[in-house]
Amino acid sequence: MWFFLFTELLFFGGMFLLYSIYRYKFAADFHRAAADENLVLGSVNTAILLTSSLAMALAVTAARRGETRRSIAFQLTTIGLGAIFLVIKGVEWAAKIGRGIYPNGPVLLGLKNGEIIFFGLYFTMTGLHALHVLIGITVIAFMVRYTKRGVIGPQRYSRLENTGLYWHFVDIVWIYLFPLFYLIT
Amino acid sequence: MEKYGGQERAAGAALPSNGTYVAVWAALLFFLGLTIFVARLGIPSFGVAINLLIATVKAGLVLVFFMHLGSEGRFLKIMLGVAFAALTAIILLTFSDVMFRR
Repeated sequence: MWFFLFTELLFFGGMFLLYSIYRYKFAADFHRAAADENLVLGSVNTAILLTSSLAMALAVTAARRGETRRSIAFQLTTIGLGAIFLVIKGVEWAAKIGRGIYPNGPVLLGLKNGEIIFFGLYFTMTGLHALHVLIGITVIAFMVRYTKRGVIGPQRYSRLENTGLYWHFVDIVWIYLFPLFYLIT
Repeated sequence: MEKYGGQERAAGAALPSNGTYVAVWAALLFFLGLTIFVARLGIPSFGVAINLLIATVKAGLVLVFFMHLGSEGRFLKIMLGVAFAALTAIILLTFSDVMFRR
């Protein structure tokens, strides 16, 4: 699992590289464009994702202790929080799209080059991150099934553990996305 | 998954306590508040750097405790170090080009 996460690190790393170069070139435009981000929703979403990581960590420990019901409850909590994260993300995207800020959108094309790049990176990076959250939710749903059937238990928890590692990694990606898109005004 | 003996190796090891996880979570939320506070102060040139530093502290907390890197073997730690070093090298080398272009 860790090796897969290394590839993921470089996958997101490439986009962070792109972000930092364009931020270097269009610092003023990036700052102006970032003012469009909803700080409240972004902060709430960060807190939600951090909490979901806590639930995931507790789910793994519960499974290792043989507390099946507790583990399932924590896994479902993680899924729920992940879903709320996606809904809030969707609200943010909808607000932007509603105002004509979307790839090739009428308002977006009227902005300066640096601002267009900022929003392009915003949609790409948060979009790919949201896809990872969605995949994480799906995988945890399978883990709930496995835990119910007893496939995951105190002696056999690798699947759940690896799912947790993936989930925490996705959390870490967001930990960096948040200051770069919401806190640079 | 029994055949992956290495993964289950820690089965007998002490389990991390729920209290530790909750404390880490509280620390993460504290740093979230701190980073928002720093951003609102609007420190001209260092604000973003400070927030990236805070993000790194948060990522470190998640890595060491939630992903229990602390109790992993040396091999994995070295591999993670190599992965981070590769990413850092890519970024630095690219910047060494971009910054000196005319």
